[in-house]
Amino acid sequence: MNYLEFEKPLAEIEGKAEELRALARANSEMDVEKEAAALDKKADVLLKDLYKDLTPWRKCQVARHPDRPHCKDYIDALFTEYTPLAGDRNFADDHAIMGGLARFNDQAVVVIGQEKGNDTKSRIERNFGMARPEGYRKAIRLMDMAHRFGLPVVTLVDTPGAYPGKGAEERGQAEAIARSTEKCLQIGVPLISVVIGEGGSGGAVAFATANRIAMLEHSVYSVISPEGCASILWKDAEKMREAAEALRLTAQDLQKLGVIDRIIKEPLGGAQRGRKETIEAVGKALETMLKELSGKKPEVLIRDRRQKFLDMGSRGLAA
Amino acid sequence: MNWISNYVRPKINSLFSRREVPENLWTKCPECGTMLFHRELSDNLNVCTHCDHHMAISPRDRFTALFDGGVFLEVKVPEPLADPLHFRDQKKYPDRMKAAQKATGEKEAMLVAEGEVFRTPIIAVAQDFAFMGGSMGMYVGNAIVAAAERAVKLKRPLVLFAAAGGARMQEGILSLMQMPRSTVAIQLLKEAGLPYVVVLTHPTTGGVTASYAMLGDVQIAEPNALICFAGPRVIEQTIREKLPEGFQRAEYLLDHGMLDRVTHRKAMKDELVTILRMLMRQTPAIRGELPVPADAPAR
Ligand SMILES: [Zn+2]
Repeated sequence: MNYLEFEKPLAEIEGKAEELRALARANSEMDVEKEAAALDKKADVLLKDLYKDLTPWRKCQVARHPDRPHCKDYIDALFTEYTPLAGDRNFADDHAIMGGLARFNDQAVVVIGQEKGNDTKSRIERNFGMARPEGYRKAIRLMDMAHRFGLPVVTLVDTPGAYPGKGAEERGQAEAIARSTEKCLQIGVPLISVVIGEGGSGGAVAFATANRIAMLEHSVYSVISPEGCASILWKDAEKMREAAEALRLTAQDLQKLGVIDRIIKEPLGGAQRGRKETIEAVGKALETMLKELSGKKPEVLIRDRRQKFLDMGSRGLAA
Repeated sequence: MNWISNYVRPKINSLFSRREVPENLWTKCPECGTMLFHRELSDNLNVCTHCDHHMAISPRDRFTALFDGGVFLEVKVPEPLADPLHFRDQKKYPDRMKAAQKATGEKEAMLVAEGEVFRTPIIAVAQDFAFMGGSMGMYVGNAIVAAAERAVKLKRPLVLFAAAGGARMQEGILSLMQMPRSTVAIQLLKEAGLPYVVVLTHPTTGGVTASYAMLGDVQIAEPNALICFAGPRVIEQTIREKLPEGFQRAEYLLDHGMLDRVTHRKAMKDELVTILRMLMRQTPAIRGELPVPADAPAR
């Protein structure tokens, strides 16, 4: 278990309980269960307390937790016959973007998402979930295919943002993001997005311009990272707590602003402490959202999607 | 829209702005260091007469130079919610807004106009980098939607002069949502069969480049304009990659296939009209110093 900085007191208690039990295993005469159970209880209370009212910055940390289920975990668990389709037919295949044909509850769909990787090797291979232009262009290709064959599109969003690299800029990542967003607004099939971790700026919009947008309870979605915002507006990257607060990047605030449609509850202690339950909850939400859109005509799906974004911004937050 | 009152106003505005600037004011070219007489510089559309460096130009000055006789009608932009997030960094967002309004004399970072260019009716939009870095918030989104709707209604092409540091952070996610929102507006225009020409000016970066500013039927840039998603400083800081000479500048993008043309500001009017009239299947333009239209522009 990887603990976050704010979970340190919890790590200590859970560590102590673990230590006691290890001692008992080594020495059969020791009876520690009572003491260990008391520690467990204490840990439970603390966990509840810590997660009761997470600050926006803590949510950012939870959203980035390395043990959270990632795109690949959802695809493996919720979809069958996943058949990755690679490449942008132009330059390369972007390993930060997973995508292809799959079945969701037996229904054929196109699934696309950013994958961050889960160890050093896969993280590097996946470029930490940061797409290059090829990734957006692959997504465009897949969305076109979905449109042609009438398949719903499911996107799983989890990215720190676009990749600030020389090659990505030279190959026109701004244009690639713009075209991917444009494509999202053109396809006559249901488009459903779930922000499962980090919704980082343009890199997220390019996939999440959808008919229905859901966010996991502790995921975040923002125009800029709190660190980036802090360094620009506060001239001090260490002010990320203040920036996270000011940016209103939590699922709860985004729902109030009318930017997202639904929040998917996470187990106590975040998705990383209940991966299976989290994945199941996302599956349920996908099922509901797909049902809401099934049977709608292509032109209605396009019109509604466009209207949804045209209408955005009419709601502010209470003072 | 009342033609007469709107016709008179820009004239009065230009009188005032002339008076505010003392005749003996000099500007130093940031590129070559030459001291330029203000009048000489503004007559040259804020392009250095010595080295051709393109300095910033306000949307109002740009439109005055663009439209026949310097006359245009402002298209009304619906007011968005003010400060929807109650954003506060070291300053309150409304205070930053007030400061920007005072410094520029403008309400927001985008100006929408309709008028004629060599007798070609167009809608034009210009972003004001002097106003909070031209940042894209809900007003800018509203301006693009209003411009596209007006263009569709009057069956005119749309020309957009982009200049922005990116999205307006003080509007958080709502500024990010202007990426899809402006894209919808451009789609409406395109589906009506109307041309959309983007002129990228220095600098155009971030979410603006990654949405409406890269979706033109024709993409033109002013010389040496910085055009990118992630800026050179961000790349150098995060990836520590050494960047080549001229990286992310207009000419570099042209070489890399990301632009149609790089065009000098003084040749822009002529070029825009040439392109637009062909795309609109109109006869060649009548060029030259055209007088102020005697009546309202053709509808
Ligand atoms: Zn100069």
